[in-house]
Amino acid sequence: MKNNWWKGLAVVLLLYVAAAGLLMPVPRLAILNESIRNLYFHVPMWFGMTAVLTASVYYSVRYLRAPTPQLDILSHEAAKTGIYMGFVGLATGSIWAKYTWGAWWTNDPKLNGAAIAMLIYGAYLVLRSSFQDEQQRARVSAIYNIFAFAAAMPLFFILPRLTASLHPGAGGNPAFAKYDLDSNMRLVFYPAVIGWTLLGFWLAQLASRVAFLKQKVYDKQLA
Amino acid sequence: MQLVREIGYLMQKDFRLEWRQRATLSGMLLYVGSTVFVCYISFALRGGELPAPAWNALFWIILLFTAVNAVAKGFLQESRGRQLYYYALVRPQAVILAKIGYNVLLLLGLGGVGFALYALMLGNPVQDVPLFLLNMALGAIGFASTLTLVSGIAAKATNSHTLMAILGFPLMIPMLLLLIKVSKNALDGLEFDASRSSLLTLVALNMIVGAVSYLLFPFLWRS
Repeated sequence: MKNNWWKGLAVVLLLYVAAAGLLMPVPRLAILNESIRNLYFHVPMWFGMTAVLTASVYYSVRYLRAPTPQLDILSHEAAKTGIYMGFVGLATGSIWAKYTWGAWWTNDPKLNGAAIAMLIYGAYLVLRSSFQDEQQRARVSAIYNIFAFAAAMPLFFILPRLTASLHPGAGGNPAFAKYDLDSNMRLVFYPAVIGWTLLGFWLAQLASRVAFLKQKVYDKQLA
Repeated sequence: MQLVREIGYLMQKDFRLEWRQRATLSGMLLYVGSTVFVCYISFALRGGELPAPAWNALFWIILLFTAVNAVAKGFLQESRGRQLYYYALVRPQAVILAKIGYNVLLLLGLGGVGFALYALMLGNPVQDVPLFLLNMALGAIGFASTLTLVSGIAAKATNSHTLMAILGFPLMIPMLLLLIKVSKNALDGLEFDASRSSLLTLVALNMIVGAVSYLLFPFLWRS
């Protein structure tokens, strides 16, 4: 229990977010209307994705310093979890965009960034599947993971600020704080960010445990 | 100091190899030439000049594909035995820096030829040629440093040629966006201040990619 408190915290926070996010009063704004509640689900996905992918890179770095199969599995599963969260983020964002901007997909720097991130991690998965030798697969994919993260991630934070964007807080658009005049939304938004991020780590941990077990069964069959 | 000398020798070797097997070099020049000609056939023959944004986009797409093809052979053409030989002789950092340096010069040459042909066939609407060339040089450096490590990664896998494109493209999209933006500024003859922040971001990006390649290549090399 001592090491698992954060899972309890994730459950509590997400139950709170689901209830409060749908029930608490939100600012009445034109166009956005009730869809502003998506803020509690769409935006935290990207926070969670970034955190989980950072963890994946962390494990990749550790793998290169001292290779063990466990670290490779952890980094792979964290990357996969990041991809899932990215897809959920794209899906929630797409629905939101349809109702507020009028299109499922717009040519927006943040959307392009998300698409690039998905392409990069898609390439990562393809790269992983094109190796026969496990050690080589682990090492080369760790290298690509770090390289892609270092080359692309800074830009996801810089590019949207350089160009015009439909998203708040970019290209002269008012940031989130401007819509949330009474700061009530923060009471749900920050717990949502923490909750979804923790859930991401939890999912990555579960996926890694399944992968460890599979590895163990496989090793036993070989022996 | 030793490192610089090793880089010098390796680059010299690459140039000498290129000069002796002129087939690849002339192949790449012909690739640029025929791509430009295809574009000319498809667009300009219908009469009338291309609009500036299309001219710009087309030019960068040609350069992108040329770069992928030109850099791809960097590590793919070297046999395993020869790589082992280098491994015994020089340090890995020298290998990657020499390859990046060589690819930068190669892409600068190919880009220059490509620009000349392109301007000849499809017209030259560029108003600020020095800025355009500076931007192209930054592009060559960026493409070379990103693709060199990617080609090293792809060379380790089984389906190298497909991997080269899918691993490289998403990493190059952010760079490409910046390059296209600056080159649009050069086309329109905007003053230098309009492009300064993008150019600085490009320089920073090139430095990040170069530094990460430098750090990661020794791990790739070991396998």
